[in-house]
Amino acid sequence: MEKWYWWMLLGMAVVTYIPRAFPLTFLEGRELPLLVSGVLRNIPYAVLGALIFPAILFVQEGNMLFGLIGALAAFALAFAGANVIVVVMGSIAVLAIYSLIG
Amino acid sequence: MTFMNGIRAGISIAIGYFPIALTFGLLAKTTGLSMWEATAMSIFVFAGAAQYISLTLISKGVDPILIVLNTFVVNIRHFLMTASLNEKMQPDARWKKAIYAFGVTDETFSVLATNKSDTIRTPFAAGVILISYGSWVVFTAVGHVIGANLPEFLQAAMSIALYAMFVGLLVPSMKGNRKVMLLALFGAVIHSSLYWSGLLSTGWAILVATLGSAILVEMIYAKKGSAS
Repeated sequence: MEKWYWWMLLGMAVVTYIPRAFPLTFLEGRELPLLVSGVLRNIPYAVLGALIFPAILFVQEGNMLFGLIGALAAFALAFAGANVIVVVMGSIAVLAIYSLIG
Repeated sequence: MTFMNGIRAGISIAIGYFPIALTFGLLAKTTGLSMWEATAMSIFVFAGAAQYISLTLISKGVDPILIVLNTFVVNIRHFLMTASLNEKMQPDARWKKAIYAFGVTDETFSVLATNKSDTIRTPFAAGVILISYGSWVVFTAVGHVIGANLPEFLQAAMSIALYAMFVGLLVPSMKGNRKVMLLALFGAVIHSSLYWSGLLSTGWAILVATLGSAILVEMIYAKKGSAS
């Protein structure tokens, strides 16, 4: 690659960093209106829903069943009370077995 | 809430990044990037989705300026995450926050934001971020050097890892908490409908779905509160 690659990388680094750093530094020590802080406290759970669906169904291209099985395994383990690492390893194991026998 | 607790809490992210970073390194190689160029992207950008998309765009010969713009759009959702995280982080010197802000990804954010304690201490966040970042950078390089993937069945199975982690973080908070359940449900439904209608690209769709759900549920509960 030529020089442009490194300039592009610099640009990518800057535009990725700004949305990450701006709120954490600018909002430090500021009190927000109650409604705004209420909405901000909701963000983690709203974002988890949006990150999981629909993408979890597309982990294998063209085979939604694969993602569905993985999703079911993950939710089943999590609802059974398994901790995060067990949910992760268990879901991988279920799909590995499914790929090997399927 | 020590640094070591953070490292431990970040292990599932490190596991989840492993196959993705490996594949990124491999794809970067086939796109024509050197080992340093590929690894430098993981070192300086540290944003999975945007990095993957950039490879596709580079191979298509898209103008680098457009690649930078696209990166911005894909990553703008982190704005919401860091604004939310700021409410939960221990107050600290701005320069420290400016440093760990670099390491806020979908995954590190999810682990930090769903943590049971009310305030997250800076060393804990540093631990979560450092092990995740380490996995991302190291396995990018490894993927480029070995130039091969995991066995196919394992690669396929491991692609569930990060989503399984999101599920594992969400479900315990969801149990017996209708607000959390509604938030996740609305986030999922709005994002899915935006996805299938093709209205917005992924970066914007996640942002709109998250904000939409967070505001909607807050309004529902504000009304409930004033009615009772």
